[in-house]
Amino acid sequence: MFLAEATQSGFFFLAPWIVFAPVLGLLINGIFGHRFSEKLVGTIASAASGAAFIVSVLLAYSVSVNHGELVRWQLAEWIHIGDLQLDWTFRVDSLSTTMMLVVSGVGTLIHIYAIGYMHEDVRFKGDPGRFPRFFVFLNLFIAAMMILVSGDSYLMLFVGWEGVGLCSFLLIGFWFEMDTLARPSWANSNAAKKAFITNRIGDFGFLIAGFIMFWNFRSFQFDEVFAAGQAAAPGIILAITLFMLVGVAGKSAQIPLYVWLPDAMAGPTPVSALIHAATMVTAGVYLIARSAPLYTLAPQAQTIVAMTGAVTALFAATIAVGQYDIKKVLAYSTISQLGFMVAAVGMGAFAAGMFHLITHAFFKALLFLSAGSVILGLERGHHHADHAHHGKGKKGKHVLSKVEGRKEERSHDAHEEVRRVEPVETFDPNDMRNMGGLRKTMPVTFWLYMIGTLALAGIFPFAGFWSKDEILADAFNEGFTAVYWLLTVAAFFTAFYMGRQIWMVFFGEPRHEAAAHAQESPTVITVPLMILAFLSILGGALNLPGLHTLTEWLEHTIEVHAGEFVWGVAIVSTILALLGIWISWLIYGRTPLKAGRPDPLKERLGAVFTGMENKWYVDELYQAMIITPFAKISQFLADVIDWRFWHDWFHETVIAGTYNWVSNVALNRYADQQGIDAFANGLGDVTQWLSATMRKVQNGFVRSYALSVLLGVVLIVGYLILK
Amino acid sequence: MTLDLILFLILALIAISTAFGMLLSRNAVYCALFLVLNFVTVAVFYLLLGAPFIAMSQITVYAGAIMVLFLFVIMLLGAESLPAAEVLPWQKPLATALAFVLAAEATFLLITRARPEGRVLQPDASANMMDNLRALGAELFSRYLLPFEVTSVLLLVAMVGVIVLIRKEKRVH
Amino acid sequence: MIPINYYIVLSAILFTIGTLGVLTRRNALIIFMSVELMLNAANLAFVAFARAREVALGQPFFDGQIFVFFVIAVAAAEVAVGLALIVEIFKSKRSIDVDQMSSLKG
Repeated sequence: MFLAEATQSGFFFLAPWIVFAPVLGLLINGIFGHRFSEKLVGTIASAASGAAFIVSVLLAYSVSVNHGELVRWQLAEWIHIGDLQLDWTFRVDSLSTTMMLVVSGVGTLIHIYAIGYMHEDVRFKGDPGRFPRFFVFLNLFIAAMMILVSGDSYLMLFVGWEGVGLCSFLLIGFWFEMDTLARPSWANSNAAKKAFITNRIGDFGFLIAGFIMFWNFRSFQFDEVFAAGQAAAPGIILAITLFMLVGVAGKSAQIPLYVWLPDAMAGPTPVSALIHAATMVTAGVYLIARSAPLYTLAPQAQTIVAMTGAVTALFAATIAVGQYDIKKVLAYSTISQLGFMVAAVGMGAFAAGMFHLITHAFFKALLFLSAGSVILGLERGHHHADHAHHGKGKKGKHVLSKVEGRKEERSHDAHEEVRRVEPVETFDPNDMRNMGGLRKTMPVTFWLYMIGTLALAGIFPFAGFWSKDEILADAFNEGFTAVYWLLTVAAFFTAFYMGRQIWMVFFGEPRHEAAAHAQESPTVITVPLMILAFLSILGGALNLPGLHTLTEWLEHTIEVHAGEFVWGVAIVSTILALLGIWISWLIYGRTPLKAGRPDPLKERLGAVFTGMENKWYVDELYQAMIITPFAKISQFLADVIDWRFWHDWFHETVIAGTYNWVSNVALNRYADQQGIDAFANGLGDVTQWLSATMRKVQNGFVRSYALSVLLGVVLIVGYLILK
Repeated sequence: MTLDLILFLILALIAISTAFGMLLSRNAVYCALFLVLNFVTVAVFYLLLGAPFIAMSQITVYAGAIMVLFLFVIMLLGAESLPAAEVLPWQKPLATALAFVLAAEATFLLITRARPEGRVLQPDASANMMDNLRALGAELFSRYLLPFEVTSVLLLVAMVGVIVLIRKEKRVH
Repeated sequence: MIPINYYIVLSAILFTIGTLGVLTRRNALIIFMSVELMLNAANLAFVAFARAREVALGQPFFDGQIFVFFVIAVAAAEVAVGLALIVEIFKSKRSIDVDQMSSLKG
């Protein structure tokens, strides 16, 4: 019947629902959310995201039924002006359905996770009413990301690009009036601004690329651009691809525009997981993969892209070694892994890049969410430590835990309505120096984190091994030697800092009483993590060498070639990974860090470690070189040029003064009073004088009247004579 | 220098001098008497111009009735007294100037434009009074009947008006 | 044989004198008399022109004389009424000086 028919030909007509379902969810939650219970809000949002996932599955199925042929499903006409013919069309092919599945799949899991996480977070920060807003923003993000990946033209892609940038801003600055420790501060809103502004610089590059594209090819639509690109001058293609690289550097956090991503950790952990690990930051990689026909035409651009990715990968990995915040380590790790992906697609290994994108989404989301679980556990532990020491009635940070017994909940209810007040001490639950020995108190989280770490480090047979290895193999095979060595060293560092993290967080003795009292997270948090862990283990099956399932799938859309499996590369990378973990054990695992002691690497590496710790002073460099002069120039422009010159002198003195002079002196005194008034009054005066004079004729004497008659007669007769 | 011309000149002189006399005389009675003389002179002129009836009616009505009426009123009002000082200083000179201009203009117009032809009759030719009178009467009662009747009504109205004016006066008192 | 022009000139002179009298004298009665003089001058002109026409036509022509006839009649009526008015004015103002009758002064 209808279903059978659809099963035959495909469910392409469902394409708009990948966007509409999240939009519906956000509208319902946005308008009615304040009346619903938290569970209902979370369920609606997750159901919306889940509906988008189901539709993505159906669309992927439809593509496979259609033998991978591209289907363009038009929803509405948008702009039809002259040469510019743009419609809102959904591009359903293997590449876009792959992205759709990743975004909606991981997104739905994170939505579910966020229900439990935000329930605790809003109470910790003291504003339970803000709960629905989070899910509205999350759904908005899913909708925007779907627009990005399903767009049929660069302009539609850009609409989604901007949309996810906006959602990033909204979600990073979710707690805009405080910092991560819930103290009133500008920190979170500054982080959000930084993200948006840095992204904007990238968007600028993207727009320039778009302008060049339209100027030369008269279209934004993918197929038309690719066709026209074949015949275009190489310089133009080079310009387009390099400007697009600027956009990618902004969105996917490459050098030099990566600085926003570590600061973005100020947002709640689900945000970090979804946006800054799994999906939004991969938009740049998707863009390059989509623009494969253009990049293959410009080999110099490819080299530049690949080198950018490789250098970023190594640079970020070195910074990650020196970080103490658990989320910051993961953030720099993300930048580094994105470098891997960008290098891959830069080299032309689009399948490898997409493969790593998928697996990275799995294990990075897992790592971030597990880190969130760790942080929550630490907060609960801190709360309990407070109560244990100072008894009930103390007003400190409040965290409601579902694991605790019911009797505890009742006593905590009294605290729940209390507005958050200043914490007594500044305890940072993110700092790894406060952790230690959590393996015993949070075992589930420990094992999940282990799985994620092994996948990230690239240990056989976890997913990361297959995808990272394919990139290294392609680099080796294609002759990108510099890229290969940079990425290999970066892989070593990756294993090292992840090992460092494992030893510091989960092994040894707790360095803070909060860690000693830490508790495991509830199931609503751990179950999505288990699903992600499952995917992290088995994800490699997507593109096993030999089978090349993903490569063949993507081949329908972009030109990819199956990478060969090089044993040497695989062995080298595995050895380096194990070496990295072993060295980290030597430094951090064998003699666990004691509370209050500095990092062991500090003594050994000295200044190098200080550089790593301080992110190689890049932010400070930007501040000095760009931001401070910019602020000075703005100040100058605003105060001197705009206010003192333009307003005070020009407007007030020149314009207003002239106007006042004209109206008071010129017009009022001269024109009006001496001119017009004089004339009008003069008329009256003349009339008065005239009538006063003429009045004398009426003197009442008959004789003078008779005289005037005679005068008239004389004049008339004289006229007759002269005629 | 014929007889007619001498006669005319003498009569004209008399007419003009009596007119001036009337103009300049301070005494109102003297003015009236000068005017009577003027009228009589004009009557003679009528005779010379062949209008005997008019001449006679001039003497009878104008000199005889109207001037007598004037004299009555002068006597009644005691009008010999001279008024006070002059209030319109520019009246006399201006009037004199304008009058002269008017006279000149009128003369000029009448002589150059009107240009009456002809000469007057001899004095003896105008003595045929009966014909003139008869003809006049015939004209009056045929062609000019309406003005004639209207004039009679006018005279009646004048009489009534005078009586009304007088009578009102009496009622007030 | 005197040309008619002489009579016309005489008429004009008499008329002028009459005008002067009207404008110059202050006594109302004398003004009135000057008006009569003016009328007379006009009558003289009428008759003179009638005569000239008669001469030009060659047959009797009386219209001018009839005019004079009517003028005399009307002048008589006018004098009667005018004198009655002057008497009235004298009764209220106790004077016939026209300069004192200036109530219409504007």
